[in-house]
Amino acid sequence: MKSGSSKRVAKPSRSGASRHAGRRGPGGYLERHLQVLVHSLGQLNRASLSALITAAVIGIALALPAGLYVLVDHARQLGGHWNETTQISLFLKQDIDTGRGEALADTLADKAGIAAVEYVSPQQALDEFREFSGFGDVLDTLESNPLPGVIVVQPDASSPPEAIQSLLEQLQALPEVDIAQLDMEWVKRLHTIIDIIQRAVITIAVLLALAVLLIVGNTIRLDIENRREEIVITKLIGATDGFIRRPFLYTGFWYGLAGAVIALLLVNVSLALLQQPVRRLAGLYGSDFQLGFTTPGMVMLLLFAGIVLGLLGALLAVSRHLRAIEPE
Amino acid sequence: MILFDKVSKRYPGGQEALSAISFHLKPGEMAFLTGHSGAGKSSLLKLITLIERASGGQILINGQNLARLGRRGIPPLRRNIGIIFQDYRLLHDRTVFDNVALPLIITGLQRRDVVRRVRASLDMVGLLNKEKRYPITLSGGEQQRIGIARAVVNKPPLLLADEPTGNLDPELSREIMGLFELFNQVGVSVLIASHDLELISQLPYRVLTLDKGRLIHDGEVTDS
Repeated sequence: MKSGSSKRVAKPSRSGASRHAGRRGPGGYLERHLQVLVHSLGQLNRASLSALITAAVIGIALALPAGLYVLVDHARQLGGHWNETTQISLFLKQDIDTGRGEALADTLADKAGIAAVEYVSPQQALDEFREFSGFGDVLDTLESNPLPGVIVVQPDASSPPEAIQSLLEQLQALPEVDIAQLDMEWVKRLHTIIDIIQRAVITIAVLLALAVLLIVGNTIRLDIENRREEIVITKLIGATDGFIRRPFLYTGFWYGLAGAVIALLLVNVSLALLQQPVRRLAGLYGSDFQLGFTTPGMVMLLLFAGIVLGLLGALLAVSRHLRAIEPE
Repeated sequence: MILFDKVSKRYPGGQEALSAISFHLKPGEMAFLTGHSGAGKSSLLKLITLIERASGGQILINGQNLARLGRRGIPPLRRNIGIIFQDYRLLHDRTVFDNVALPLIITGLQRRDVVRRVRASLDMVGLLNKEKRYPITLSGGEQQRIGIARAVVNKPPLLLADEPTGNLDPELSREIMGLFELFNQVGVSVLIASHDLELISQLPYRVLTLDKGRLIHDGEVTDS
């Protein structure tokens, strides 16, 4: 007791902050932060229900843009996949029978600029339609097959759009062909639509990120109000602003992290629920497309976004409200 | 340790809480600050801990001029002063141990040193066996002793007490005063604001008497 006090009397100008410098050691800084981190988690645990509700609200706010992003990402992949397989469908005239259709397909297969050719006879087309459309009974009432034969032409993957366009014109000019249709048009449209949706998702994400900031900020503000007396006492016994700020920042950190984890759960459960119907829909289009879950990159991004938003929200509340609390 | 030189404090309303106060509390000295309520005792203590700033004059604490101390200088100043309150000001959601440890946690002391010094401090005030209890489960006298343990755990060279026995009966009050004398004997400067004249007159210490913001008496014996 005596030695400690007389030492400081002898050196009055030395601040209290540097007094224990020798005892802190290299791990001291980290240890202190770890203590506060765990302590703030303990306090959240005690206020469990309201903390859980706050985290859930943050989770829902994060899940919405994240879920939409995953869907748009899948749609884009799907579009990209179709882009590679640009096809020209040649709908043949009704009077072209199967034999002439196959013969035409064979000649086209040797043509420059064409990678592959597939002939679909009117009967095959009818069978496919019967299988997938669900109008089988209606088809039975028809006297003859209304469907034409189709030759599906696959241009060389390396062909530029102009070459494909001129190929399309050549094929259209063939006497057997009724309509030549380039399937790329709607892929382009799909891309444009996806672009628009992606913009919308970004806008929603920004708005909801703002909402998360406000939710965390307001929760921390209430927390600060509830602990006004504690803040006054710690200030009176010499706590720095940084020391008082720390637990509130960590509370924001936990809210953000918990919200992100809840958002991941919500998104993946929703994706799991969509899995089955999407596979059926893809089947109707003859695709083996499957809805995946959130990728590791996506998981990291969401956790990071949650934590950053939590910390920022807490920082906002702390910088606005903590200074106002002073001992009287 | 505490040097007041013509210090005055005027509140925004224009009323003067303290006028031209001058005194010097030397290192290792113990003194009482007395006067009726409203005489300026609390204002004077607030100036020392920079809860409020003086309107005029100079205050030196431990050789440091408070007028030159900015906002960032306040925490280090307060760490060198152990403050004891009439209403104890304990954190009720933390144990006795954690309450006493708070000043050490604030300075970033390592855990094993914290444990050692908190135990030593609690031992001095006789509450070592109650470190795991919560303050609310203890009596007023015991809560005040927690407050004292917290004030001294950091080994500050100066102790300030604002009506430390205001809520306690005479017997407990004498016990608390005994604790202050103990700390004074090991070299700590002590300034106690109190209006309990009967208790003060039994003790052989310097008494500073305030009346309407003026220092009207400064000496060993009080005659009021």
